[in-house]
Amino acid sequence: MSYITGVGLTSYGKHEGSSSLDLMSQAAALALADAGLTRPEIDGILCGYSTVSPHIMLATVFAEHFGVQPSYAHAVQVGGATGLAMTMLAHTLVEAGVARHVLVVAGENRLTGQSRDASIQALAQVGHPDYEVPLGPTIPAYYGLVASRYMHEYGVTQEDLAEVAVLMRRHASAHPGAQFHAPIAVADVMASKPVALPLKLLDCCPVSDGGAALIVCREPTTDTHVRIRGCAQAHTHQHVTAAPALDKLGAEIAIAKAKAATGIEISDVRYAAVYDSFTITLAMLLEDLGLAKRGEAAARVRSGHFSRDGELPLNTHGGLLSYGHCGVGGAMAHLVETHLQMTGRAGKRQVRDASLALLHGDGGVLSSHVSMFLERVS
Amino acid sequence: MTKLVDWTNGEAAIVYQGCLACGARQYFRRGFCASCGATDLSELRASGEGTVYATSLVCRAATPETKAHVPYNIVLIDADEGFRMMAHGDNDLAIGDRVTARFVQFAGRLVPCFAKASQLDRTERWR
Repeated sequence: MSYITGVGLTSYGKHEGSSSLDLMSQAAALALADAGLTRPEIDGILCGYSTVSPHIMLATVFAEHFGVQPSYAHAVQVGGATGLAMTMLAHTLVEAGVARHVLVVAGENRLTGQSRDASIQALAQVGHPDYEVPLGPTIPAYYGLVASRYMHEYGVTQEDLAEVAVLMRRHASAHPGAQFHAPIAVADVMASKPVALPLKLLDCCPVSDGGAALIVCREPTTDTHVRIRGCAQAHTHQHVTAAPALDKLGAEIAIAKAKAATGIEISDVRYAAVYDSFTITLAMLLEDLGLAKRGEAAARVRSGHFSRDGELPLNTHGGLLSYGHCGVGGAMAHLVETHLQMTGRAGKRQVRDASLALLHGDGGVLSSHVSMFLERVS
Repeated sequence: MTKLVDWTNGEAAIVYQGCLACGARQYFRRGFCASCGATDLSELRASGEGTVYATSLVCRAATPETKAHVPYNIVLIDADEGFRMMAHGDNDLAIGDRVTARFVQFAGRLVPCFAKASQLDRTERWR
């Protein structure tokens, strides 16, 4: 058994002059305070990576900088799935008795620390160095390929995809920390600059500075009890060229394993936090996870199903698409928001009931998947 | 195993591997079969014929060399020999189109670029 006892999140956007370590430290300090813990009580540290400041031992670099001497520490790298993969590992370590209080932290000055071109170029390297990268693809192109095929097989349109960008922006408008607040409509998404068709600028998450952290413990440390019920991963491929058919992707495998491990059904879920690097990512994952029927995610968005006051509120902070994406921390913001919702601390974004939440992360090009169920217990 | 040179080494050719033990085909070259682990592989030159599986027209590139080429179409092709590959394609390609490879210069490299198979090719194929 393990509990998420504290969370910390910076605003996303520009943090001029802040390094990756600064942003990690800010988020970690917030999470520690939230959990009511002090530095000496932290005996495990898991961290992500920084494309701006790569290091072969980032966890110990951070531990030294932050002032912790843990008995267990290392970095984890599975792209966008890293945040949930670290949380799953922290859960496993705590359950195994390896550590009592594991700090999971990520942060990066990805926006101001390097040029946009450098970010795009760094991320394109998830492609195959010999058979893909020389062709000049970008991350949006990898997902553009997936989008074209998904639209072809399931009759999804560009306007359908635009709906999820509009929803994420509406949700972000209620969060002061979000990178974007100005409302957008489907027509704005359709008219935005082409990036890698069928994906346009507003189908893509931004590049951001930011940090996020959480603490996983064996016992609750405060009176808010959010328990990790169970999680599962699936890794079917790395490169989009080697991806399986659309109905055999890792999200379906991971969620099936997580459901089997916990006995939880999708109909039990009250709040959803789903990876949304691009509109196609979110639309596909909603359908792969069973939160919408195949080809019907957009219709569910349109009907208000995933809105704050809808049947299944989704990414109420605005997701990667509008809260922002600073790398590993990007998807950890989903987890922080879920925790705030589950503990009744989401302020004007508070949903009616977030007692049971489903989180899902994706890394690479739908390559690495982590599904996780969180439950509030009294 | 005879090593064939392909476009990744500057030659105007597409090469794939076939497993002599289980029959699997693979495009990313390695010293063993990713399906069964056998090390007995044949290297074969592909015909360059295939079908479009997916497309994405890149309009925003990230390096000076690639920016000079925008927009360019990144495609996934299901080769007739039974493997999938990434390549460039003409901008008018649609999913399901029958295509044939040629080779073009891109950012200082020779890369495969697919075009719609000609009517003549199609007649030949079905004869």
